[in-house]
Amino acid sequence: MSVLVNKDSKIIVQGFTGKEGSFHAGQMIEYGTNIIGGVTPGKGGQDHLGKPVFNSVDEAVSKARADTTIIFVPPKFAGDAIMEAAEAGIKVIICITEGIPVQDMVKVKAYIEKFDCTLVGPNCPGVITPGEAKVGIMPGFVFKKGRIGIVSKSGTLTYEAADQIVKAGLGISTAIGIGGDPIIGTPTKEAIQLLMEDPETDAIVMIGEIGGNYEALASEFIKSTGNKKPVVGFIAGKTAPAGRTMGHAGAIVGGEDDTAEAKMKIMAACGIHVVESPAEIGSTMLKALS
Amino acid sequence: MNLHEYQGKEVLASYGVAIQRGKVANTVEEAVTAFKELQVETGTEAVVVKAQIHAGGRGKGGGVKLAKNMDELKEHAANILGMMLKTPQTPGGMEGTGKLVRKVLVAEDTYAPDFDACKEYYVSILMDRTKKKNVIIYSTEGGMDIEAVAEDTPELLHKEYIDPHMGLLGFQSRKIAFNLGLSGQAFKEMTKFISKLYSAFVGSDASLFEINPCLHTADDRILAVDAKVSLDENALFRHPDLAAMRDTTEEDPTEVEAQSYGLNYVNLDGNVGCMVNGAGLAMATMDIIKLSGGSPANFLDVGGTADAARVEQAFRIILKDDNVKAILINIFGGIVRCDRVAQGIVDAYKNMGNITVPIIVRLQGTNADIAKTIIDNSGLEVQSAILLQEAADKVKEVIS
Repeated sequence: MSVLVNKDSKIIVQGFTGKEGSFHAGQMIEYGTNIIGGVTPGKGGQDHLGKPVFNSVDEAVSKARADTTIIFVPPKFAGDAIMEAAEAGIKVIICITEGIPVQDMVKVKAYIEKFDCTLVGPNCPGVITPGEAKVGIMPGFVFKKGRIGIVSKSGTLTYEAADQIVKAGLGISTAIGIGGDPIIGTPTKEAIQLLMEDPETDAIVMIGEIGGNYEALASEFIKSTGNKKPVVGFIAGKTAPAGRTMGHAGAIVGGEDDTAEAKMKIMAACGIHVVESPAEIGSTMLKALS
Repeated sequence: MNLHEYQGKEVLASYGVAIQRGKVANTVEEAVTAFKELQVETGTEAVVVKAQIHAGGRGKGGGVKLAKNMDELKEHAANILGMMLKTPQTPGGMEGTGKLVRKVLVAEDTYAPDFDACKEYYVSILMDRTKKKNVIIYSTEGGMDIEAVAEDTPELLHKEYIDPHMGLLGFQSRKIAFNLGLSGQAFKEMTKFISKLYSAFVGSDASLFEINPCLHTADDRILAVDAKVSLDENALFRHPDLAAMRDTTEEDPTEVEAQSYGLNYVNLDGNVGCMVNGAGLAMATMDIIKLSGGSPANFLDVGGTADAARVEQAFRIILKDDNVKAILINIFGGIVRCDRVAQGIVDAYKNMGNITVPIIVRLQGTNADIAKTIIDNSGLEVQSAILLQEAADKVKEVIS
């Protein structure tokens, strides 16, 4: 089973022949991910990394039955790339691009609502189902197969969490990097819900940041499920000053409710195992499972 | 990116939004010329001299003054230009050091001739993260602290959400004007004002417009008397003219320098510097410094390429802060190999030669063991760690 991506996903890369797209497509193929080709407008008909290049997502869907895409298109064109994928009938759209204007995402989010698709990102490390598919830029070797799901706004902090989980003798079912932008396709709650419903996931790590209310919504959802799977949570940015953007465009404390303390309090009240220190994710998960 | 009031008003005016007219001046002489020209162009008798800094509450610190004649204008311009203006929003607040005023806006007196007949409203536009839509927030309670209005009289604060497909619709502008209690000419003026303001917001890819006060004059005109404008930095590629409005003198000089190297740096007031790859891990590293008894001196995301040149730039940036008593480097190598980063750290350390604060290096991920060997055999005063907890413990040791 697993969620979002697996060994049967038929994956294309948008921005396939660009520098980033080429490098990461190569890494994903090496990992064993089922990359069936890519899209670069104007380069259709060529071969790249031994896979066909298509002019449009529509062509990739009709000729190669693509159902999943990973986007490395520059910020200026990335919003368009997401909408193109949705319109072409792609089911899972993973957008890595960082720096898409917010007003573009307001339109994109509203546009893709009418299609049967799931957008993950933008500004995210992607999704990995260890041993089956790495659809992202994460170091694959860190993620050993197991039964713990991870949902995170951050890239390297996701790797940190996965590493601690593996060192604790556990493993990862699927890790979802949801992205650090103000508007993202799959917020924390929706990502947690996927893992809650996944029979191959026994417990979940939820990593958030200052800014927004995604963690609060997710916490209430977790409580509503009766905490049927243990969730270990951490919020980065307890020491961040108010009003400043900390690297991720969405990581800014706007009011009292989106500070790290406020979020941790809500999480704890909803039965989540909240860790104060990011070094205790693995050990806390072991305790939560025992 | 924040704009000055005078720049924000230029943006508004370019979309046809009615504004309080004014001219910016860098010197008293320029202020005098601005005063004369404004009198001719607008017929205003008095003018308002307004300090141009990136912070609100300027009036509270004496940064906004009414000048009724040339003598008063010279006096106010001379006092405000060059002053260290303290407002509740400048660093340290009213007790802090304040911000240097380099420019003033000389603006027409829009409240004349009948101050008491004027009414002040509040209008702002921003993107609501929860609804994923732009929202216009407005109130009859203008001219005052809007947070206080939200707290004390939330029923006086109205919100109008904008459909991303359709944009602002006619009935929405009318609803806003009705809710503000307007009729007749002022009603028409307000609907125009709102619709042009929204076009300006979308057209300039703004992240915030705050018009406080938005003035209803005695002769039923609606004008922006103040304008706080923040732009989406990710969209500046579409707006080279707006990008050119950036005033780096308003920003922390070290942050500006870091940005020129492509480093994402925010200066804080603690004693342990940190250098991390990735924004989330960087925040988590700051948190762990705090838990170890220290206090983070900065946020610094070196990004995906942590080679010697970049590490050296990051070292230099961190060490500009005299409060830094130790540095924690925390790199999770994925695509970046840890051994390369380790070599970069050793090379940068040797190149700089004069680092006197203890350094703790935590490298994890690809080739972490080789990286540890490189650090341990370098002969440098650098401690290495692989687990995050080990790094935290070492920070604790060094600080105590």
